[in-house]
Formats: sequence, C-alpha cells, structure tokens
Amino acid sequence: MDNALVTVLIAMLGGAIRVSTPFMFVALGETLTEKSGRINLGLEGNLVLGAMVAYAVSYLSGNAWLGVLAAGGSGIFLGALHGYICKLPRVNDIAVGIAMMSFGTGLAFFFGKPFIQPTAPRLDAIPLGDWTGNPALAQALQVNPLFFVGIALAVFMFWAFRNTRWGLIVRMTGDSAASAKAMGVSVDLVRFLATAAGGFLAGIGGAFLSLYYPGSWNQGLSSGQGLMAVALVIFARWDPIKCIFAALLFGAAGALGPSLQSIGISQGYYFFNAAPYILTLIIMIISAGSKAAARDVPGELSITK
Amino acid sequence: MTAETADTAAIPAKAGPSLGLLRFAEAVSIPIGALVVSALLFALFLVAIGKDPLQFYQLIWTGGFGSSFSIQNSLQRAAPLILTGLAFAIPARIGLTMIGGEGALVLGGFSAAAIAIPLVSNAVPPPLTLLVMALTAVLTGGLWVGFTGWLKYARGVNETIASLLMSYIAIAIMNFFVEGALRDPASANKPSTMPIGDAYRIGSIPGTDVHWGFAAGVVLALLLWVLMSRTTFGFAARMTGGNLRAARAQGLPVGWLMVVCCAIAGAAAGLAGFFEVAAIHGQANASLVAGYGFTGILVAFLARQNPLAVIPVAILFGALAAAGGVIQRRMGMPDATILVLQGMMFVVLLVSETFYGRLKLFQPKATGQRA
Repeated sequence: MDNALVTVLIAMLGGAIRVSTPFMFVALGETLTEKSGRINLGLEGNLVLGAMVAYAVSYLSGNAWLGVLAAGGSGIFLGALHGYICKLPRVNDIAVGIAMMSFGTGLAFFFGKPFIQPTAPRLDAIPLGDWTGNPALAQALQVNPLFFVGIALAVFMFWAFRNTRWGLIVRMTGDSAASAKAMGVSVDLVRFLATAAGGFLAGIGGAFLSLYYPGSWNQGLSSGQGLMAVALVIFARWDPIKCIFAALLFGAAGALGPSLQSIGISQGYYFFNAAPYILTLIIMIISAGSKAAARDVPGELSITK
Repeated sequence: MTAETADTAAIPAKAGPSLGLLRFAEAVSIPIGALVVSALLFALFLVAIGKDPLQFYQLIWTGGFGSSFSIQNSLQRAAPLILTGLAFAIPARIGLTMIGGEGALVLGGFSAAAIAIPLVSNAVPPPLTLLVMALTAVLTGGLWVGFTGWLKYARGVNETIASLLMSYIAIAIMNFFVEGALRDPASANKPSTMPIGDAYRIGSIPGTDVHWGFAAGVVLALLLWVLMSRTTFGFAARMTGGNLRAARAQGLPVGWLMVVCCAIAGAAAGLAGFFEVAAIHGQANASLVAGYGFTGILVAFLARQNPLAVIPVAILFGALAAAGGVIQRRMGMPDATILVLQGMMFVVLLVSETFYGRLKLFQPKATGQRA
C-alpha cells in the first residue's frame, strides 16, 4: 500500500514536470498580454496550431528545435491577427478570442491531417535522476529543456516588469491607457506587440505537446489546456513566478488520472481526467471574490469585472 | 458588442420611421457583407492550396440546397444549430458571453438517454418516455448553464472561461458513465449507452425526412423572440445588458434575470441534445460531441443575437455541414475544411463589427438630431 502511494506520488511529480510546461508557456504569454491591458482567450488556438506546425516542421526538416521555432512563428501569426483586430474600435476582445480559438484549431486540423500517421523527431530530455538509482524516479526526472526555458523566462519577465523601461511601459499601458498616452506611448502598438509575443509563447507551449509529451500529433492533443492556462493567470495574479507554481499544480492535477492508472486503479479514469477542469473552476470561484486579486489586476482589464 | 445590440433595439425611432429601417438595413447588410468577404478570402485560400474555389462553392450549393434530399439534410443539421444558437444569443442579450452550449447539449443528450434506460426496459409507452426524456434534458441543460450564470452573478467568475470549463466537465461526466456504469456491453468499439430502440425514436415531421427538432427549434426561436423583444422580462434583460449599473439603480433583479437567461440558454442546448439522441443516434456516445455548441456561437453572432435571425443563419450553417461530406469526397479535402471556413467567417464577422454606425449609407440624413 505504501509502495503504491510512493509510486503514485513519483508518477505525479514526473507528471507535474511534464504536463506543466505547456501551461507555463501559455500562462506566461497570457500574463504578458494581460499586463498590457488586453485579454487573449484564443491561446488554445495558438496551442493547437503550434503543436501541429511543430510536428510538421520537425517531420519535414528532421530537426525538432526548428519545429519549436516554427510553432512560435505560427503563434505570432495568430497573436498578431488577434492584436490587430482588437485595436479596431467597437470590437470585443473576448469574442475575438473565441473566434481565434476556432480559427487556429480549424487551421491545425486542416493542415495537420497528413501528419497524424508519420513519426517526427522529438525533443530530447535531460536525464536528471540517474544518480538516484531508482528507475521510477529517474524516469520522473527526465526533464525537457523547455521546462527550464520556461522557468528562466518567468524569472526574466518578473525582473523585466519591475526593472526595465519596457516592463514599465507594458505595465503602464495595462494600468492606465490615458497615462500611457500622456507619456507619448502608443497604446495600440504596445498591446499589439504584447499580444503577438504572448501568441509566440503559446505556440512554443504547443510544440512541447506534440514534440515531447504526449509527443505525437492528433486532433485530441489539447483539450482545453490553453484555456485553463488563461484562467490560471488570474489565479497567479499576473505574477510570472506564481504562474510557474500554478502550472506545476495544474500539471500534478492533470497527472492524477494517468498516475492512478499506473498502479492499476483505472476505475473512474475519466472522472480523474476532469480533475484539472474542476480544479480550475474551483480556483476561479475562490480567486474571483478575492480582494488581493482585485488589487493586482491591471486597471484596463475587463476579465475579472 | 452585445451591449450594442441592446442599444440598437432600445433606441426609439426619434428621427422618423426611416431610422428603424436604416438600422435594420445596417444590421442585415454588414453581416452579409462579412459573409461575402470571408467567402472571397476562403476562395483565395483555396487557390493558394491548389483547389478550385468555383467547384467548392458549387458543391456547397448542390450539397446544401441542390435537391430536396440535400435541403432536408440541411434542415436536419440546422435543428441543433438553431437551439445552440439561441443558447448563445439569449445570455448575450443580457451581456453575458456564455459558450457552454456544447456541454449543455452533451449533458442534456446523455441525461435523456440515461433516464430512457429504465423506462424502455419497463415498456413505458414511447410518447411518455420521450416526454420524460425531453424534460430531463431541458432541466439538466438549464441547471448546468444556470449554475454558470449564478457563479457569474454571485461570485463574479468570468462566465466565458467558466462555461467552457463546464463543457469539458460535462463531456468528462458523459464519458465516465458511458465507459463505465451505463455502458451497453454490445457497444464494443464505440462505448455507448443502451440504445432506446426504433419504437422509441421520435420520427420525422410528416411528409419530410426532417426530424421534429427542427420544428421545435423554430417554435422556440419564435417564443424567445417574443420574450426578448415584446415582454417586460425581455426589456429588463436587454436593459441589464446595455447598462448593468443603470439596471441596478432602477431596482431590476439583475441576478435573477441573469440566471434565468442562462437557464433558458441551457434548456435550449439540452433540448438539442435530446433531439440528437431521440432522433439521430438513439443512444448517448461520443457522437454527441460534434461541435454544434461551438458552431452555435458563430450562428448567434451572425444573427446579431436576434432569435428570429438565428433560424435562417442556422439553416445556412446546416447546409455547410451537409455539404461537408460531399466536399470531402469530391475534392479530396479534409473534414476540417468547413472548420477553417467557419473560423475565417467568425474572424471577418468580428472585424465587421467595427463598421456599425460608421458607414454613411446607414446614417440618417443630418437633421440636427442624433440618436
């Protein structure tokens, strides 16, 4: 029994590290976009399209990292489109997000059809757990480099928001468009760039899905991770470092079903698959009413109102 | 943008009868213009990937409206789209962006199929069974989306994200039962609930092959149009959508209005699920997750959240869906082609929102009076 518990916990640790990476990238992208005062609900579309593009480019070029880069490029395309449309007057950014979600998914399914069968080169992991001599632990500690890229990025963003001119401009645009204008900053341009850059990161998150874990391309690859990551940003209160912890928590929740299955508990597998969604909803309910979240929200953002 | 719709409807025609007509012309022309532009863009897309756009649109026409068979096929596929379109349009009128139609449809259909199991095995007469199934689906859907509306009102939870999460949870609940306790052992490859059997199918509108869901959708759209534009409830809802604070200041029961609008939405989507089970599949399985809820969002946007306009727009998208299979076979294109077209339409349609009130053609001649 103890043994089974340890197995589950190790599997969940490994799962948290594996599953959290796409959450991390999407949440960091969304944080950047929301800090500038705009919402992009459509990052699910970036995630799916990024996954497809990464897999296709990796297959055709034989280089997985080229795939990652291409996924980022496809994310910029969708993000820039979103950013451009949202700056038109009388256009609702929530609705545009829904549209981009279906447009990105549609494009991915359309062009991804021929890539469901073939096997593309995948990203290699760094074995960090070989010293433990425990095969289960060693397997759990196979960590993809993108995981560390995500953490480094979060630290960088945390620092940059506070200490750089660019960080200040993004925060100011998000908190008060009027004062940004008074400073001579183009609000539309800042938000456009922040949305495009956010789209880039979400695309990278998609590349992780298809090139590392689960590590193949099919139409059911992402089921709402992009959306949950957007919800996670509110929970992390627009703080890049907290995004990492929130992503790990979500990763662990996502790994619950497969971990239990690994010790033979398959009863209720589908129910445990719903765990991340239920967790997100509960977190949203808790953080929606919180005064702390109300204090940290960028002033121009309408998502929590 | 939902606020605008309410504005438009709430502004009395001060500048003479022509203003109402201009508004109507604007509300019809801009979406049609958006459709034409997206069709042209998609034609470019087809040319870019080496397909013939003329053949594509011709196939859509023949596949959607070309014969009496294809027209009936289109109407049949329009049935769930009318209902899911209403499921987005009604909360939109009160200012909520609820995209949980898919979940309410799935759960409504599943609950109808589940409650049918004991009724069918005890040989309860089909009409009574179908009635109980429909009521269960409506109630389940209504509670499901109504709960999301309540979360928005009581806790301020963002309803767009919450409603989509609820859809994923709904699908997980159905999978949980369909793969487990309620699985029909005979459904080997595609886990399903016990089939209700042919005697319990709801059948078609006499003289056609179109199932009753289409008629139900049309009737419900008419009823909801009356409710939203001809009753005090509808007025209060639209006022809340237009200006929440003003509605509160007027003492309107804002929370109650929100929850009721969401419950209506869920009930409509749940009903769509009932018809999918009772008329098409005969059991609940993964086929219920067909994306009708998401296409319904696009339908409602194109209809400018007007319940009456939902009917023709749903028929148009029903035709697109009906033609999808023909396009797949004849042009060798993947089934996601229609998804790309819909996504493009959606994006262009939202861009077109920016033209409301800015095109000279639809503005009243300057008389010094501005609405």
